[in-house]
Amino acid sequence: MEYLLQFYAIYGSVINFIGINALLALSLNVTLSAGMLSLGNAAFAAVGGYTAGILSVHFNLPYAASLAGGTCAAGLVGLVIGLPVLRLRGVFLAMATLAFGEVVRLAAVNLDITGGAEGLTGIPNVTTTWMIYLVLAGAAYFIAVLRRSRLGWGLVSMREDETAAASLGIPITYYKVVAFVIGAMLAGLAGGLYAHLNYLITPRDYSFFVAVDLLIYNIVGGTGVWYGPILGAAMLTALPEVLRGLGVTAGPIRMGINGLILLLVILFLPNGLASLFERRRSSAVRAEAE
Amino acid sequence: MNLLLQQLINGLFIGSVYGLFAVGYTLVFGVLDMLNLAHAAIFTLGGLIALWLVQSGGVSLWLAFPMASIAAGLLGLLLNQVAFAPLRKRSDSQFSGLISSIAMAIIFEAAALGLFGARSVRFPVGTVPIHTWQIGGITITFLQVAIVCVAASLMVTLTLFIGRTRIGKAIRAVGENERAATLLGINVNGIIALTFFVSSALGGAAGILFGLYFNNLTPDMGRSIELKGLAVIILGGMGSIPGAILGGLAFGLSEVLTVAVTGTSNLRDAVAFAVLFVILLIRPSGLLGRGKTREA
Repeated sequence: MEYLLQFYAIYGSVINFIGINALLALSLNVTLSAGMLSLGNAAFAAVGGYTAGILSVHFNLPYAASLAGGTCAAGLVGLVIGLPVLRLRGVFLAMATLAFGEVVRLAAVNLDITGGAEGLTGIPNVTTTWMIYLVLAGAAYFIAVLRRSRLGWGLVSMREDETAAASLGIPITYYKVVAFVIGAMLAGLAGGLYAHLNYLITPRDYSFFVAVDLLIYNIVGGTGVWYGPILGAAMLTALPEVLRGLGVTAGPIRMGINGLILLLVILFLPNGLASLFERRRSSAVRAEAE
Repeated sequence: MNLLLQQLINGLFIGSVYGLFAVGYTLVFGVLDMLNLAHAAIFTLGGLIALWLVQSGGVSLWLAFPMASIAAGLLGLLLNQVAFAPLRKRSDSQFSGLISSIAMAIIFEAAALGLFGARSVRFPVGTVPIHTWQIGGITITFLQVAIVCVAASLMVTLTLFIGRTRIGKAIRAVGENERAATLLGINVNGIIALTFFVSSALGGAAGILFGLYFNNLTPDMGRSIELKGLAVIILGGMGSIPGAILGGLAFGLSEVLTVAVTGTSNLRDAVAFAVLFVILLIRPSGLLGRGKTREA
């Protein structure tokens, strides 16, 4: 027990970040499962985080209300952005959401209410580890249920062939917008939790590179199952700490190993880390059959 | 008025570097339909290799420039072999290619950090003749003229190469339809490798010009241009080479004009990306791009 407490004292912040990153990765997974590549989820997290921060710093709203406000604001922005943007496909959708993300980040840098480039400080420090993981568990359950719902299957069929899906009577635009808004709200919630975890948020926390990280978590973990993004986020968030524990000091070597591991996963595990579990399960089934 | 004109000229110079960077970006996208996010890392390495040749090797810049560009091209071949070729047959190659190129970008950046250190470095004084002209109150340096001339001649050469030569035709054929190109006896893998070589050599050349222009090179300098390069190729139309050139100039001009009009540099990028967002909504295929009716 003492050992566990000591472990938490040292690695508590990494554990918290794994939870937040996993939640953000899940938020991207909703749209990704429909074959839509959004690079705007970091920006939705920024909208959620800044809204939550502003609500509690400037309006003294309680924690729950500021989180809810952040989530709803992100969802609302998701709806407004989603309606025009979702006509675009593939790389063009990615680019439009990326441009939106940059505009949000630069707005945060330039506005007074967001504290400019220095960031918004003085956000009550109330998010705890168990809260993050409670929300993560809820979100994971929600995603797992969503995947087996009518909406979930509709999204998968859109990924496979949008024209065919439309001809089968799936309301493409409606489903797309719903998926986009759900993703935006999850990201907003994660942003709110992060704001209340960290005492301050800065525009740097939600740059283009964060949006790309979310995509990496999904692809490395595996997009096909609900636990894929969580696995990816956990592994890649913990990796620098693990490497440090192994005696690889900061700097070029650790960075290089980071890149190398990413490359190896993408080359040799086409369906992500989650496929390791799937393989074992399928081979276990085969062993039983024999 | 003079100030505005001076700003426009400056926008032209930086815009031609953006254009050169974006041409390489768009070339790979036009052929493979994949974004190569390691292009910015190769841009950085191109600049740093040229600096190393000049500083430690004592090579003159006129020789170091082509040598470093070729080195960047060779890095492009490596990138293709490691990160793109193994994934080409996979159904999710668009996403996985994106990630594997990011992985290579991290490795390249780590290499740059390990080989050249984290400090910002600069070309030794006197690498480029310091010479300025005053024309009607506008100051133009020799370096600026050289940058525009080099960038323009490289872009013209590339356009002629793609448009007029047999190999250029093969590159376009592979971009149009890989399978049909194979049936016609085109060596598709060779063409793709060549495309990566040319694209990366141009990216490296852009890195050298960028490093000379700002007289400042850092291992992460590619990051600042990566997003702009993406914006430029979308603005011009994905896969369109003249579009990338025009997009680069437009982006460079919009940057300096926003600064000139608002008086601060804070909104510089915000305006550019807002314009990009609107253009995507109105004309998703970009200014000079051709739309695809259905993505198979």
